[in-house]
This record gives sequence, structure tokens and C-alpha cells, in this order.
Amino acid sequence: MNVTATATASDAKNALELRNLNFYYGKFQGLRNVSLDIAEHKVTAFIGPSGCGKSTLLRTLNRMYSLYPGQRAEGSIRFYGQDILDPKQDINLLRARIGMVFQKPTPFPMSIYDNIAFGVKLYETLSKSEMDDRVEWALSKAALWNEVKDKLHQSGLSLSGGQQQRLCIARSVAVKPSVLLLDEPTSALDPLSTAKIEELIDELKHDYTIAIVTHNMQQAARCSDYTAYMYLGEMIEFGATEEIFFKPERKETEDYITGRFG
Amino acid sequence: MEFNQQLYKKRQRSNAIGLTLSLGAMALGLFVLLWILSVLLTNGFAALDWNMFTQSTPAPGSEGGGLANAIVGSLMMVGFTVLVSTPVGVLAGVYLAEYGDQSKTAELTRFVTDIMLSAPSIVLGLFVYAIAVATVGNFSGWAGSLALSLIAVPVVVRTTENMLRLVPGSLREAAFALGAPRWKVSTMVTLRAARSGVMTGLLLAVARISGETAPLLFTALNNQFFSTNMSAPMANLPVVIFQFALSPYDNWVRLAWGGALLITLSVLVLNVVARVFLREKNRS
Repeated sequence: MNVTATATASDAKNALELRNLNFYYGKFQGLRNVSLDIAEHKVTAFIGPSGCGKSTLLRTLNRMYSLYPGQRAEGSIRFYGQDILDPKQDINLLRARIGMVFQKPTPFPMSIYDNIAFGVKLYETLSKSEMDDRVEWALSKAALWNEVKDKLHQSGLSLSGGQQQRLCIARSVAVKPSVLLLDEPTSALDPLSTAKIEELIDELKHDYTIAIVTHNMQQAARCSDYTAYMYLGEMIEFGATEEIFFKPERKETEDYITGRFG
Repeated sequence: MEFNQQLYKKRQRSNAIGLTLSLGAMALGLFVLLWILSVLLTNGFAALDWNMFTQSTPAPGSEGGGLANAIVGSLMMVGFTVLVSTPVGVLAGVYLAEYGDQSKTAELTRFVTDIMLSAPSIVLGLFVYAIAVATVGNFSGWAGSLALSLIAVPVVVRTTENMLRLVPGSLREAAFALGAPRWKVSTMVTLRAARSGVMTGLLLAVARISGETAPLLFTALNNQFFSTNMSAPMANLPVVIFQFALSPYDNWVRLAWGGALLITLSVLVLNVVARVFLREKNRS
């Protein structure tokens, strides 16, 4: 009873609200007037041809672009009401709340255990046994625990590509963020690892808000609740995934989804 | 389909010419190298005996003697140089690769480092002579170590920077994405990812300075007696080789060959170790 009650309640709640977001790489404009809401505890997918701005959009949400001089965003992004584009926003604290997983697996050059512990130690002081528990919890969340529990002190680089990517997901989950940004998380992986990660996304959305960029239309259809179709820096259409895929309002969206374009 | 026989023949001809030229160049280079090595090894091994490691350099006209003072002096000066230039060089390299990037300070640092890299070592020696020997009034091991550091630091800075630049940006972003501050990203992730490359740079810097003679002539000079006092003139292999090889005494010339062999062997060992480190890096 309670479960359905919270589910409906959270339906109304947005984790992130973007309004009139414009993004510039120097003089080039990467995003044009994008406005949308990312619902709490749902999966929102961003699709569109290469260069359409979907990764750029994701990288504004944790201000990853701030690493590079010359890149800037205008407009507003509210994260539970707080404007994250505010220059006074502490970027490191923000990134601890909004985690990100990248296209290529990026294990740190340390043991599997330390890969997970690295992020946790940044913001929490845990005892040895608490840390052990956290590492196990995060690796179980990422469906990797059974495969690595006997070799936690081996290098993270010794794992296979799919395992490395799940390690990266575990690493992001371990710091207990509220939003997870996934930037084409399966594009470098084989179909079996892809399937595992898609299952994982389904699991994770109970506890996290997920935004995923993907080139794979089936993937967007399979694992997202909402889908945004982007083209040339603009958001063309945004809505519930079934609607976007089965009865898109805009012709451009339909052309892209049916493969006539892109 | 017909092949163009004429074109094929022409290409074969130019291939033969090119191959001959490059093989010839290789043979010439190899010949000179083997010649140097064979002369060094015959003379060096003939000079090698246990006394070389236990006795100090002999006085003019006396029999026997060894290189113990020069070996210890060289080890101490190179050791202090490593202690100084490792933190300075590595930190400066981290600054250039992770913080400065395109800032004016970084550009200037890079420019100065490049000049220092190609500066003749005798100029650096003269500089240290002026500031650390002439002002104090005596030659010293410290001054020698300082001169060697001026040569080693730029090497370490540049290799550290280059090795850090080889670390993919995605690894940095991944660490930033967890909310890590820049200094933790630099020290715990990127420097760690580049550590074997950085180690290689350090070893190559040591190899480079262990044979430097010119800067030591002005600074540490030489010491006929066994001494571990860094504030006094200090014996060292390169200067001993220089002085003994030109002397009229047979035992001195013999010791010079022995010292040359020691330096060559240690540089060889350092290079091999550096290669092992690099191979480890490539594997991971």
C-alpha cells in the first residue's frame, strides 16, 4: 500500500528542472533553449544523432563542463529547487550528489576495493568494517559482487570491459548520489554485458533518478520512462517513452526513430 | 588485369637503394658503438679488482690505490640530487600538466625548463661556482649536488608532464565526477596512473647526471682522501676519470678505465630498470 502511495507521490516530483538552457563551446552554441523536467526515480533517455547535444546536456547537469575554460551554460537548472548553475554552487558537493558514468570504462589504477572506497572517503569517514560493508553493498548493487568478492585487492584494470563498467557504476553508487547520469554506458560493451547493465538500470531506478544518453534506440525504448529527442542542440520532442516511440507528435522524431534519418 | 611491370621494377630498385643506405647507416652506428664498448670493456675489466672498492685514490707516484672515495662521493652527491629533484621536478610537472595548462606562468615555466634542458652543463657549473663556491670560499659536495640538481630537475619536470599528459582525460573526468577536489584527482588518480612513466623519468635523469663532469669540476672538484663531509671538496668518479686518464702514472690511467667501466655499467643498469618500468606501464 505504502509503496504505491510513494510511487504516485514521486510521479509528481522532479529531481531536475531545466529552463531555457543555452550552452556554448566558445562561440559555438551546443544547446538552444532546452527546457525539460527530469522526474525523480524515473529513467529519462536522451536520443538523437551524433552532435545533437545530448552528451552536452548531460555534462551541464553535474557541471562537468566547468573543467574546461571557454565552455559556459546560461539559463537555469534547478536540482530540488537549488540552482546548480549558480557560480557560488560548490561543484564538488554537487558532483557527489549527481554521479556520472562514462562511455568508456574508467577504473582508477588501484584495487577493486579502493576504486569503490576512493569516492566514499571523500565525503565520509567510515570504520574499516563500515567501509567493507559499503564496498560489498555497492558492488552488489552493480551486480558485480559475486564475480569479484574473492579478488577485491586485485587491480580494477584486471577486470573485463563489462565488469569494469559495472565497477564504475558501483563506484558512482557507493557515494549514494541522488541522480545518476549515464553517458552511453554500454556503447563499448558486448551484448551480454549490455543486457546486464540494462537490468541494472531497471534495478537502480527504485533508489536513484537516472538520466541516460544512448545511441541505441531499442535501449531507450527498453529501459526508459521518458525520452527526449534532440537535434542540432534543440529538444525536438519530450514525453513518455511509449508516446515518443509509438505515436510521436513531430515528424522529425518519427523519421529518426524509424531509421529514415540519423 | 595486367600489372604494370615497369612500375614494379622501379619500385623494387628504389627499395633496394633505400634498404642498402639504411642498413649501411645502422652498421656504421653499431660498429662505432661496439668499438667504444670493446675498448672500454677490455681496459675496464683489466683494471677491475677488489682494491678499487676498498682503497681511496692514490697520491702521485704511489703504487696501487682504488676509487672508494670517488664511488662514495658520487653516490652521495647523486643521492642528494635525487632527494631534491624528485619532489621539485614531480610537483612542477604536476603543476604544468594538471593546473597550469595554458596559463602564462605555465608557458613561462615550460619555456625556461626547455632552455635548462639544452643548456650546456658547463654553464650551469659556472653559475653554481659563482653563487655557491666563490661566495663561500671553498669547493663542496653541496655545490656539486646543486649543480647536478639544476641538470636533473628539468628532465624530471618534462618527463613527468609528458607522462601525465598521456593519462586519458576520461580518467580525470571520472574522478572529478565523484566530487573529488583537484589535488586529490592529481595525486591519487593521474599521478598514480602515470607512476611508472614518472619513475622512468627519474631513472633517466639519474643516468644523465651520473656521468656529468663539467659541472662537478667547478663545484665539488675532487678530494684525494676518503670524505663524507658534503661541506668539503668531494671526490667523484667523473672528475677522477678526467684527471687520472690524462696523468702520466700507469696506476692512475688504470683506475680511470675502471671508473669509466663502473659508470657505464651503472647507467646500463638504470636504463634496463627504466625499460622494465615502461614495459609494466604498457602492459597495464
